[in-house]
Amino acid sequence: MTVLTVAEHRRGELRDVSLEALTAGRELADEAGVELHTAVVGGDVEAFADRLNREGVETIHTIDESEEFNHDVYVQAVAQLADAVSPQFLLLPNTVNGLDYAPAVASRLDRPLVTDVVDLEYDGELTATRELYGSKVETTIDVHSETPAVTVRPAEWPAATGTGDATVESFDVDIDESAVRSTVTGFEEVSGGDVDISDADVLVSVGRGIEEEENLDMIRDLAEALDATVSASRPIIDNGWLEKNRQVGQSGKVVTPDVYIAIGISGAVQHVAGMKGSDTIVAINSDPNAPIFDIADYGIVDDLFEVVPALIEQFEG
Amino acid sequence: MKILVTVKQVAVVEDEFEIDGLSIDDRYVTDDLNEWDDYAVEAAVQIREAGEDVEVVAVTIGDADTEDTIRQALAKGADRAIRVWDDALAEAGLLDPETKARLLAAVAEEEDPDLVLTGVQSADDGFGATGVTLAEKIGFEWAAVVNALDLDRKAGVAHVHRELEGGVDELTDVSLPAVLTIQTGINEPRYASLRGIRQAQSKELAEYGLSDLGLSAADVESPLEQTALYEPESESDATVFEGSAEETAAELAGVLRERGVGQ
Repeated sequence: MTVLTVAEHRRGELRDVSLEALTAGRELADEAGVELHTAVVGGDVEAFADRLNREGVETIHTIDESEEFNHDVYVQAVAQLADAVSPQFLLLPNTVNGLDYAPAVASRLDRPLVTDVVDLEYDGELTATRELYGSKVETTIDVHSETPAVTVRPAEWPAATGTGDATVESFDVDIDESAVRSTVTGFEEVSGGDVDISDADVLVSVGRGIEEEENLDMIRDLAEALDATVSASRPIIDNGWLEKNRQVGQSGKVVTPDVYIAIGISGAVQHVAGMKGSDTIVAINSDPNAPIFDIADYGIVDDLFEVVPALIEQFEG
Repeated sequence: MKILVTVKQVAVVEDEFEIDGLSIDDRYVTDDLNEWDDYAVEAAVQIREAGEDVEVVAVTIGDADTEDTIRQALAKGADRAIRVWDDALAEAGLLDPETKARLLAAVAEEEDPDLVLTGVQSADDGFGATGVTLAEKIGFEWAAVVNALDLDRKAGVAHVHRELEGGVDELTDVSLPAVLTIQTGINEPRYASLRGIRQAQSKELAEYGLSDLGLSAADVESPLEQTALYEPESESDATVFEGSAEETAAELAGVLRERGVGQ
């Protein structure tokens, strides 16, 4: 039996979650006493296989189909490989593309699926840990199945290291072209103005807690007083209050400023993914349990409408 | 053309709360229409407003308490609604994506839609998998995490943008019939007007049990069992300033100046 992970790549680059899934897979394989296999579908599979050849990986399956991700191809490729390898556990990335094919693969293979897991344990049965209600609580789920599928949250496991001596095997799949009913026609970078928040030394970042668009003026005043750039979490962008290129997070920009001041931002995992590399993180939020405080260096638990004017006063007064 | 929109009532948890067994104590929870589904409803209603012969049907899985939520979808413009519930569902425990997709697939078979719109995920359990699982079950094409949609009904194609990580959109053409999972920000969901709320009261709201859908209790037995619920241990080692807003702002200003900010 095996643990089978599937790698992810985009525009020629292997994505980090591919190596993180190997670490999760290796831990699970050790607990269950099985081998670790990994697979990569499409692109420069030989080069990707080199990078996936880490300590503890027994076999790397390369599937030379399609240049970029296409879920119709991925579903068929991964399902056929799973039929051939019969892995006990199937580990896929909990990414935008992962969620575009993992549910279909799991359903097709009749495997129960647990998504966005942050921890896995095997004790004769798989127990997956996930978060609920926007990271406020964690839950454990026992999976009453011999052959589950899970998607692993990016950045929860360290990337696998060490050079492995895996066997690289090319796997031929038989793609039913009539079942390929979607076509990727291109990619587009988000746009909107000429500010590049990833260049800023100091970011004043605002979230849902600001409540009204008019209140952004106060944030702009603070940014001016601090000689900083304004950025935001997703809800502000969704509301159309700031341009898309100001969004920090998984689906926005990844930023690493010297100082990141998060105002009225709860710190959902998608946001944190975009700013946790900042040197100094400051959080201002009225909710003492907001996850943003878990990664902050300095915090103020108070009403931002009182703290921000006082802070402006400190620098202007 | 018929568009089926799936909506879910989700629990919104207050900042301070207590856990009661495997759920959060009711006192700290309010119910709301799932944010992602609100965008899906708006996308469907906009398609109806832009074209002729479009019917929008909202469907939810939930007990009688979720009726207010499905009526929100009606108030925002859905033509009629379906609520699926059964005592067997109340006893089934965790409704995983596969179970929900099985129920929704039975509704889709009955309704025979051309397009199904769902939210990308729900704000409470966040599985993010029901839409694609449903597509697989009913043999529809699909696209997950759609943040732009241009429907070409004549050609039978949905031109979509899928929001990838890192500020990149993937441009994809999807053959209809299809399931699209809708990301927030794709549009601006409307508020229900008073007139809409009044009209919603008289719109059709059908209620289906398992047997109405040709299913039995065995079809909703989930292999997933929730075994614990707890607050994660705080990993915080933040220095939290205490005092009035003036005092905390002054302390923070000191820290920021030390780092060369505002100088």
